[in-house]
Amino acid sequence: MIKKDLPKKVLILGSGALQIGQAGEFDYSGSQAIKALKEDGITTVLINPNIATIQTSSDFANKVYFVPIKTNFVKRIIKKEKPDSILLQFGGQTALNVGVDLHKKGILKRNGIKILGTPIKTIQDTEDRFRFDKKVKEAGLKMAVSRTAKNINEAIAATEVIGFPVMVRIAYALGGLGSGIVKNKKELIEKAEKAFRFTNQILIEESLYGWKEVEYEIVRDKHNNCITICSMENIDPMGIHTGDSVVIAPVQTLSAAENFKLRSIGIKLIRHLGVIGECNIQYALDPNSDDYRIIEVNARLSRSSALASKATGYPLAFIATKLALGYALNEIENIITKETSACFEPALDYIALKFPRWDLQKFKQVSTRIGTEMKSVGEIMALGRSFEEVLQKAIRMLDIGMKGFVSNNITFKNLDKELAVPTDKRIFAIAKALIKGYSIEKIHKLTKINKWFLYKMKNIVDTEKKLKKKQLNKIDYSLMMEAKKEGFSDLQLASLTNSSEFEVRKYRKALNVIPVVKQIDTLAAEFPAQTNYLYLTYHGEENDIPFPSENQIVVLGSGSYRIGSSVEFDWCCVNAVMTLNKLNYRTIMINYNPETVSTDYDICDKLYFEELSFERILDIYEKELPEGLIISMGGQIPNNLAMKLHNANIPILGTSPDDIDNAENRNKFSQILDNIKVDQPDWKELTSLNKAKAFAKRVGYPVLIRPSYVLSGAAMSMVINDKHLEEFLKKAAEISREHPIVISKFILDAKEIDVDAVAENGKLFCYAISEHVENAGVHSGDATIVLPPQRTYLETMRRVKIVTKKIAEALKITGPFNIQFIAKDNEVKVIECNLRASRSFPFVSKVLKVNFIDIATKLMLGEKVPKIDKSSFDVDYVGVKASQFSFSRLKGSDPVLGVEMASTGEVACLGDDINEAFLKSILSIGLGIPTKAVMLSTGNLKQKAQLLPVTRKLYEMGLKFYATKGTADFLKANGMDATVLHWPLEKKEPNVLTYLNEGKIDLVINIPKGTDLKEIKSDYMIRRKSIDLNINLINNVQVADRFVKALSRYKEDELAVKSWDEYN
Amino acid sequence: MKYKEAKLILKDGSEFIGKSFGYETNTNGEVVFNTGMVGYPETLTDPSYSGQILTMTYPLIGNYGVPGKKKENGLLKYFESDNIHCRGLIVSEYSKNYSHWNAERSLSDWLKEEKIPGIYGIDTRKLTKILREKGSMLGKIIFQNENIDFYDPNNADIVKEVSIKESITYNDSGDKKIILIDCGTKYNIIRSLLKRNMCVIRVPYDCNFFQFYFDGLVVSNGPGNPKMYQKTIHNLKRAMEHDIPTFGICLGNQLLALAAGGNTYKLKYGHRSQNQPCILANTKRCFITTQNHGFAVDLKSLGEEWQEYYVNANDNTNEGLRHMTKPFLSVQFHPESTPGPYDTEFLFDEFVKILK
Repeated sequence: MIKKDLPKKVLILGSGALQIGQAGEFDYSGSQAIKALKEDGITTVLINPNIATIQTSSDFANKVYFVPIKTNFVKRIIKKEKPDSILLQFGGQTALNVGVDLHKKGILKRNGIKILGTPIKTIQDTEDRFRFDKKVKEAGLKMAVSRTAKNINEAIAATEVIGFPVMVRIAYALGGLGSGIVKNKKELIEKAEKAFRFTNQILIEESLYGWKEVEYEIVRDKHNNCITICSMENIDPMGIHTGDSVVIAPVQTLSAAENFKLRSIGIKLIRHLGVIGECNIQYALDPNSDDYRIIEVNARLSRSSALASKATGYPLAFIATKLALGYALNEIENIITKETSACFEPALDYIALKFPRWDLQKFKQVSTRIGTEMKSVGEIMALGRSFEEVLQKAIRMLDIGMKGFVSNNITFKNLDKELAVPTDKRIFAIAKALIKGYSIEKIHKLTKINKWFLYKMKNIVDTEKKLKKKQLNKIDYSLMMEAKKEGFSDLQLASLTNSSEFEVRKYRKALNVIPVVKQIDTLAAEFPAQTNYLYLTYHGEENDIPFPSENQIVVLGSGSYRIGSSVEFDWCCVNAVMTLNKLNYRTIMINYNPETVSTDYDICDKLYFEELSFERILDIYEKELPEGLIISMGGQIPNNLAMKLHNANIPILGTSPDDIDNAENRNKFSQILDNIKVDQPDWKELTSLNKAKAFAKRVGYPVLIRPSYVLSGAAMSMVINDKHLEEFLKKAAEISREHPIVISKFILDAKEIDVDAVAENGKLFCYAISEHVENAGVHSGDATIVLPPQRTYLETMRRVKIVTKKIAEALKITGPFNIQFIAKDNEVKVIECNLRASRSFPFVSKVLKVNFIDIATKLMLGEKVPKIDKSSFDVDYVGVKASQFSFSRLKGSDPVLGVEMASTGEVACLGDDINEAFLKSILSIGLGIPTKAVMLSTGNLKQKAQLLPVTRKLYEMGLKFYATKGTADFLKANGMDATVLHWPLEKKEPNVLTYLNEGKIDLVINIPKGTDLKEIKSDYMIRRKSIDLNINLINNVQVADRFVKALSRYKEDELAVKSWDEYN
Repeated sequence: MKYKEAKLILKDGSEFIGKSFGYETNTNGEVVFNTGMVGYPETLTDPSYSGQILTMTYPLIGNYGVPGKKKENGLLKYFESDNIHCRGLIVSEYSKNYSHWNAERSLSDWLKEEKIPGIYGIDTRKLTKILREKGSMLGKIIFQNENIDFYDPNNADIVKEVSIKESITYNDSGDKKIILIDCGTKYNIIRSLLKRNMCVIRVPYDCNFFQFYFDGLVVSNGPGNPKMYQKTIHNLKRAMEHDIPTFGICLGNQLLALAAGGNTYKLKYGHRSQNQPCILANTKRCFITTQNHGFAVDLKSLGEEWQEYYVNANDNTNEGLRHMTKPFLSVQFHPESTPGPYDTEFLFDEFVKILK
């Protein structure tokens, strides 16, 4: 490789906010890409409004733009930065789509920009179903029989050739959006109608339901070297989106002939397509012959490639970048072994199981059924040396209160249906069926899951039977070993033997049943490797590395991404580790989320890709004997372990776990607030339904109900009457039996304020106050957040600061913490306090350019940190953080905001004033600027009145108004004309739904009001339709207000494209 | 079902206790490891494993059972020879239940049928690291603490056990006639030639093949130390003198080198896997190959008329030879793969091209 051929300045497109189908994996791939470019001395410019990512940190790209990833913005940045090349493969579908658009509009060519890696033509060949079909045929390979359709008639004609059932697919769609199997003409028409809203072309293809689904990750260099890095087999066969499937690497049930046949086909096709870099190919394989179909090729880094990278230890994104630069595979070193070349195919001596993490119970009315459209919000990966071991580990890693594959408290009404119609709980239905004695044959018939997997699952059930009702001390070495090899946790064994987790641990250790540490080295021990990538297993007798080492600190990660806990916490963990590295500590990371940067090979000194459970952390602790653990970076999972670890005499750095408990336990916390005379909303610990009702009667509805020790308001609810109260209490009790439930007064029309802060020995060290755009009642994780505050009184700010100081002192805080306040008329009340880093730490750190995590980490280790100049907090620009929702993927879910968090990701943009920053943020989460017409249904009279000024502004902008009857009357009374549309339930024309369907409306402002059932239902239908048709929807008074104000000040082209470092 | 305990003892004194899932008899041989993740039916029937006890580094073995004995062109369709050739199998976890459309029995049943011991429950990673650090080592699997001696296949004339006794001709009407010197050939070498419509005359390793009329010569893979094959080397020298187009595979590469006056040496622990990168010498082209060999060619020992054809990207050992002027070529890896990537199958086409 001749260095002079290398580009000088490369533009990288990120993927924006995390959403279903496009999550943290692109932070991992983008970060690696930047590292690979920097290693070659190339200047990097990154566009990504996802402020919580590691790639947008100051140590990564040379320039970062927190602006929407949209053609116009990218074009303006190109003009400004004049890059010579662009990388499109590292920002998911978002980046790819914008890249194709830039190319089509000639913007790249005009500005002399070279596309690195896979050429645009290849991307188009893989994205356009018709062109792809042609390419596959040219290569003499097989695809499912299919026809493209540009309208409904063509779609119907296609099914006449193929025959029902058929699969409907959409071109250029992320995560299979809008696709699905339809069984008859009626279903087809319904599906197609919806699809044509997003696209002008759909694909009708033969249904391969029940075929094996397998994937290969393939890399190719410009010298035509082409290799496969990882094979993966979906345990759930065709019919379930691969993102929602349980996936194992490498393939398990394929013979060598099948495996290498698919490998050769993949390589042949990838060469024919001309991919340079990395790609993923998916196949369907007939379970009864070696017949196959190619499903698709993703000519970019994907979720699967992140998984493959973590599963094999092969740094795919890094290598893909080098290949895009023109290196040959054998010119790149194998970073893991440091002795061999990157041109090899990893050999695993372990297996990796990916399990999707759903969060469907967070949404009202959403179907829990899983199918061809992805619904999971995150995933985990378990490593081990047997299927049983990884399956049980994986289920625990999901952190959904399940002890493993078995020993759970879960019942099903109709087991056969649960098996045949997959939901997020199917794995537990299989366990139940096996326990009940269903034959493997029967379960296979119902689920289509390959029998091999079912046999393995049955082994676990059989071992559970052996253990059940046995006294702990009657378990001998061999049974204990068998159970541990099959992934039974101490807690599972405790529940089976009626003993405690601690007793099991003690007894097990006395039997000398202890896990060993094994390395992941990409070559199955064939060559010596200095790898720091580790896992624990009971299938072995020797540790791969010596123990203990000195001067080590453990950082506990955040586990799977889910609603309320995602890339923000990974940013905190990675930053803590980077600070520890700088302080010359040896760092140990424990985490199991394959989509993260924290689990990257080069972040820490040792990576344990392991469970964040008491048992496993103790296993690691006892081997490594580190100086201490940092539990305040990874969100609620490590936070919840604080007391348990503390009681086991494990040194916890920072705030004492006793004080963490004081903050988490509502009762204790409230006592403390009373003692230091800090105000809080009226509340009561819930002991009985009657007492709760009495409380509600005293303070007046609405009231808020929440269990302690939860993140993102799980099972938290606003309750409006006695009947509601009964319902929600039942739900909350199911979630947490260990921790008390609290009921409190819900204050209406109040503002919400967030404080993110760091303290040292009870003294406040630094803090950031942010305000919410929405009024209190919208979960802080869903709210739009402004920093510094733009409409909060100085007096309120002063009071917030005083309370923050008092709390830091009372809880003797050392490290990060976060307090949420509600403010009304300058009175502030504390509603929540977490003695850990919060979701907004990366946001405030990056807006203020003061790294709160770096400071917190240093303080926890007793390092001296120079005082921060006050002016650092007095910035001349504004940061606005907006939340990304994934309602479009969650069929039936009601797109409203409430006290339980629903967003899957976030963005934040900077601007010279709030309007600019707000508008950029809103554009970044996919809202567009309306040009045609607005549909208004603006809530109750009070809300209508509140919205009057902005309604008028909208009207003055010349947008046509449609409204429901009540709203139209109100508008008319105020001198504005609106065409009245009938409610959806009225089934009369002109109807809202018809107008939405016909694309006459491009903004819906629908403020929910909740009394009349019919209205509630109609409102829901309008919102849902808007989401399904990809029409801008605003459902909150304050957001509507802010949006219109911003619109009236700025046109899209007037929004400044300034890099992060230009805001001073 | 109860699985009997069995013990693996290595020459250096290391011991591993596992459970038997194969035939219950004591066995001995050279312990080697293979890092392939798939293809145990093909691997176990590879005659090059003759005399060896095979360790699978991939932990789950037996998942897809063992296919039936269907034949095609007189060759078993799903195997690389008629029998299992290694003397024992060591795995971490044996999958008692299997599932595959073409499986007819379990791996356990097959091992028992073929009287080959197999043990599971071994820390195969620990074992592999021992073999990697100390080199391939003699070892034995014993039941009930009985004692047997170690057995060193490298000093034995094991080719006799794997080569055919009398020649067989396949596809009589093929375009060209190829002599395949069977030192323990894998069936896929034959299949690969048949696929190119060659007539294959498969002859015993020590056969004086000049009795036949033929267009080219293929020297197969095979077990053990190449220097034990003196008769074959002698015949190869003669063939070279007559400029007969020759293609050597694996052991064939080593035999060609020895016939050309070069030398071979034993590798510390050999190459046994499906992921060995080999570079076409002096280019940037790199191929992923299947390998199974314990010996290698010392390139420096050969005259200048011999060029390095391929070189291993991991450890720079020789992966093939090419004569500057004459139609002789050979590779250390397995272009016929099975099990493994088909990336270098084109070498059979290259060979066919050099036939007169």
